Amino acid sequence: MSQQATRSSSSHAKRPPILERNLAKGRSNEVSLSALAFLFCEMLSYATKKSSGIQDMEKKLSDFGYRVGLRTLELIIFRDRPGRRDTRLLNVLTFIHSTVWKTLFGKPADALEKGTDNEDEYMISDNEPNVTKFIAVPKEMSQLSCGAFIGGIVEAVLDGSGFVSAPSDFTPRTKVSYNVYDLGRQS
Amino acid sequence: MLHALLVINKAGGLIYNRDFTDGLAKLTSNEYLVLAGTFHGVHAITSRISPVPNSSGMEVLETDAFKIFCFQTLTGVKFLLITDPATSQSNADLATRKVYELYADYVMKNPFYNPEMPIRIELFDANVVRVARTTNA
Repeated sequence: MSQQATRSSSSHAKRPPILERNLAKGRSNEVSLSALAFLFCEMLSYATKKSSGIQDMEKKLSDFGYRVGLRTLELIIFRDRPGRRDTRLLNVLTFIHSTVWKTLFGKPADALEKGTDNEDEYMISDNEPNVTKFIAVPKEMSQLSCGAFIGGIVEAVLDGSGFVSAPSDFTPRTKVSYNVYDLGRQS
Repeated sequence: MLHALLVINKAGGLIYNRDFTDGLAKLTSNEYLVLAGTFHGVHAITSRISPVPNSSGMEVLETDAFKIFCFQTLTGVKFLLITDPATSQSNADLATRKVYELYADYVMKNPFYNPEMPIRIELFDANVVRVARTTNA
């Protein structure tokens, strides 16, 4: 019995389910900023509905970012530097500052600084984070910083690399500060 | 020369108004609301009584002293631009496109904005003023 015409490659073939797709960097890696902005907008509304106060909401956003950060770390390591794991603090911070930021946001972060008053404090700044670009926080919530999402990503990357960290401060719209405790030095 | 911008929601209520020059008489906020509601009604009526079937509502209102351009989006939101009589349709269209883009960005993507409510967003304000300044320059 003759075979039916084989399905043409792209238009009729269904995309393989997500766990079977190729992990290598493809061409269609970019997502439109508008789509991301709408998704982030809904994430914020969800967080607002479910949380009781501003601190709680920041914690929720940070948790969302944490989940993203863990997966991003694995993916970046797989794609860009297989088999090498940063064990030194400054290297990890530089990795976050350039590679992670460039993969996620298309540009490296603006600055990486060491905190002056605290030995263990480091700051990564981004002057115009593009996930929060369209968000104007109303006056009654002016303490809220939507950068908590980005902070969660950074925290997850640090945790995944084996460093203990705790966020110390999110200056609204720009900086993400972390206390990073270098375990190697403490012991 | 762009004098003012008004944004009217689907129900006919005024959700944003902003004057850019001193060329217009100062209206009270109540008068702005009445203006918006009246325009909304007239727009609806003109689309029904038009002799040409399937026509849209009023898009340009010309007088000796000013012109009003109206752009209605697919969702029923109307953007009214009040300009001087010399402004061409293409210039007004350009300004309307820019304002619509700002609306889509800073108003719709803001999680703290309730749709159909008055717009109180500083980023939108600042950018609209910037667009008006470049249009009027």
